[in-house]
Amino acid sequence: MNLTATVNGVSRTVEDVRPHESLLHVLRERLGLTGAKNACEQGECGSCTVRLDGDAVCACLVPAGQADGAVVVTVEGLAQGGRLCAAQDCFLKAGGVQCGFCTPGLLMSLDHLLERNPDPSEADIREGLAGNLCRCTGYQKIVEAAGMAAERLRGQ
Amino acid sequence: MTGNALRTPDLPAFHGGAVGDSAPRPDGEPKVTGEYDYASDLTVPGMLHGATVRSPHARALVTRVDTTAALALPGVHAVLTHADIPGAAHYGLDEADQPVLAQGEVRYWGEPVAIVAADDAETARVAASLVAVGYEPLEALTDPRRAAFDPDAPKVGPLGNLVRHQPVRTGDPNGMHAEIVVTGEYEVGMQDQAPLGPEACLALPTEGGVEIHAATQWLHVDRAQIAPCLGLPEESVRVVLAGVGGAFGAREDLSVQVHAAMLALRTGRPVRMVLNREESFTGHVHRHPARMRYEHGATSAGKLVYVKAELILDGGAYTSSTGAVVGNAASLSVGPYEVPHVQIDAYGVRTNNPPCGAMRGFGAVQTCFAYESQMDRIAERVGLDPVEVRAINAVRQNSRIITGQVISAPAPLAQMLYQARELPMPAADRDTEPQSLPGGVGNTTRGEGLARGVGYAVGIKNICFSEGFDDYSTARVRLSIVDGEPTALVHTAAAEVGQGGITVQAQIARTELGVDRVLLARPDTTVGSAGSTSASRQSYMTGGAVKAACEAVREQVFALAGGGRPDGDLSLQGGKVVSVRDGVLASLHELLGDTVLDETREFHHRPTTPMHPVTGQGDTHTQFAFCVHRAVVDVDTELGLVKVVELAAVQDVGRILNRRSVEGQIHGGTAQGLGLALMEEIQVAGGAIRNAGFTDYLIPTTLDMPAMRLEILEYADPEAPYGLRGAGEPPTLSATPAVIAAIRAATGRPVTRVPVRPWDLVGA
Repeated sequence: MNLTATVNGVSRTVEDVRPHESLLHVLRERLGLTGAKNACEQGECGSCTVRLDGDAVCACLVPAGQADGAVVVTVEGLAQGGRLCAAQDCFLKAGGVQCGFCTPGLLMSLDHLLERNPDPSEADIREGLAGNLCRCTGYQKIVEAAGMAAERLRGQ
Repeated sequence: MTGNALRTPDLPAFHGGAVGDSAPRPDGEPKVTGEYDYASDLTVPGMLHGATVRSPHARALVTRVDTTAALALPGVHAVLTHADIPGAAHYGLDEADQPVLAQGEVRYWGEPVAIVAADDAETARVAASLVAVGYEPLEALTDPRRAAFDPDAPKVGPLGNLVRHQPVRTGDPNGMHAEIVVTGEYEVGMQDQAPLGPEACLALPTEGGVEIHAATQWLHVDRAQIAPCLGLPEESVRVVLAGVGGAFGAREDLSVQVHAAMLALRTGRPVRMVLNREESFTGHVHRHPARMRYEHGATSAGKLVYVKAELILDGGAYTSSTGAVVGNAASLSVGPYEVPHVQIDAYGVRTNNPPCGAMRGFGAVQTCFAYESQMDRIAERVGLDPVEVRAINAVRQNSRIITGQVISAPAPLAQMLYQARELPMPAADRDTEPQSLPGGVGNTTRGEGLARGVGYAVGIKNICFSEGFDDYSTARVRLSIVDGEPTALVHTAAAEVGQGGITVQAQIARTELGVDRVLLARPDTTVGSAGSTSASRQSYMTGGAVKAACEAVREQVFALAGGGRPDGDLSLQGGKVVSVRDGVLASLHELLGDTVLDETREFHHRPTTPMHPVTGQGDTHTQFAFCVHRAVVDVDTELGLVKVVELAAVQDVGRILNRRSVEGQIHGGTAQGLGLALMEEIQVAGGAIRNAGFTDYLIPTTLDMPAMRLEILEYADPEAPYGLRGAGEPPTLSATPAVIAAIRAATGRPVTRVPVRPWDLVGA
């Protein structure tokens, strides 16, 4: 099938998508958007999290056809006009990035969380990011980054 | 990104701080925007994709490998077996005993037998499934004790089953009796490093050779193993560091590098290989599972008199770094305590279990769980507080460890223990939100049936390579005027695996050269070896090399500014040469003009010696590092579920080069220790891995890892650059026994194996 979706604000069409091809595969291998990572292929680690019509989804578990006509936002779509978004900047300021492999997925989950809940408690943040595995940081600085980002967005 | 990944420019670090500042990561922005190229992201036109055929048996004869059907599949370009290996058929870190592709016999579940290159990854995997391999299963040796001691056990390989037996003997063999005797048997399960980034590399055929972009920990040792297997001289193999998604020891051994290069050379096209998560569990070595028997003798006042121990570490099918792991386990087997008499025997063995090698803590993690468990039992027997029993036995500066080596640097361990005890405790009344309770949002308790416990532990870790290894790193530093600004270019082969090594390198260049603008060249094998990003050594070693190269460049600048000044009169600050006596002498701009100052330096730490083969004695280690943990847990005593309420750590890092980075190391190392205590174990049955995936191999999430309280101390090591002490590994040692001690305090259960299982905490 052919697939057309709005990806990071731009209409993109991919031809000859196979029935079992994942959205992650289409993003990474067909569209060259490698920000979403392939780390477990089981929907367990959250490294491939993207926004699909507003929902935060594991792109590895979404059949690509399901994204036809949808609005997809990946980590590449967060910075606007070369300016990092609040969450990206706060991840750097707080030290929430080490190897960075989990970072794109965490940023997308946080993006989703802060849209639903602009004033999350630490417990809300921990629950909202519980589907994203990080092996480097022990999460403390990620949780701090999330709190900083929420505060900054509320101030805007 | 796509297509241009291989022409990555030098990474700019134009804004940052000096040594001691929490300087930003030069790789931070590309990592948060998704632009950072990890090995699995690399793409070039015309690229093929590789896949691997793996053994479904722990041990079997390979009777035939038929590639006909796979080769007939459209889109398949090559199917290679051991017969196609261009050079040496084996590789390895210490012993070249790991087959590139199995020949005649497979020795572990998941061992590579054949490799495939095809137009896309899916075709490659389908083709791999079409390779017909005949197996004749053999009796697998999976019991490490049998491997160590049973002469009739099947031989795992031509090198036999014993990799290393390292005894340690100190004091008087007749001194092994005491008022208090405590014995225990302990077991540590097989832990996986579980870096989020899978094994991956891209191999490109070049004129007469190959270029390999790999996620690895040590470029030069990769090359030294790859080149012979390809039948190429080392200079025909260039290894370039691709983005690395975490390492923790998993990338010390080769994984896909030789395979991808063989396919690239055979097809004449670029080949990318990326393991999926299930394969990743077979694609790298794991932490050695350990079985440990300890007997501690102490006075009735709790002072240690002797320790006897037998340690068996299961190295799996191939040697990897088992020998060095045994050396650490043996030399650090009693922990950071003064012990007059010891009789230690550490064994590393080969079995048909999954191969084991390096993981953060490297041989010191397993024994730490055992000796700290023993210390708590002594405390209980003699009626001492757990902190007190450790403090009265703790090593300090000028103590001798059991190998006879004197700890020459500060080691304020007793003070650190007391400091940990005095940290504020979390509130005694529990938050009743499900998330804060054992069982979490499973809602298994509303607060009933819970018991709280507090536990302490400390560990000792050697920093840098030990046992006489000629450990060094190399740095090339160029200073010139670029775009009108004085700019330092730093080039090393040190692998940035997420720890922030390049951040520290840039900080050092700024500090030593007084410039703001630093460029970091991509690590590759065109500069000298940096050694491995392991053993908590890169700040010490590559930091030391960058410092030395900067100092050499600085001397040249001073010569340009005119010699004949007393030592210490000149410095570089803010892009200017400044004299104590005469103030600003000249700007770098004026002095350098078009001149490029270019210096390369090797940095070696002081020499160490091997362990004596019979007594284990020797000055075997470079530096020692310590971390103290205090854990507070709640246990659901009906269900055996555990919630870690808080973990506090006190660690001495000698000198903080970058506080944000070092805090991140302590947090992350602690999380891996918590994982080993509570959930992380590769389940092996008959040599086969039963839980090769993140659905069944659990690592801590935001809900498992509590907030931490840190105290970071700076007792400088006068021998180390800036006085620093390696920091990455020590927290991984002590977190595990601290959590387990807290569980014991809460439940009164003995808990002699990690990870602890619910059924260890409930029932009769």
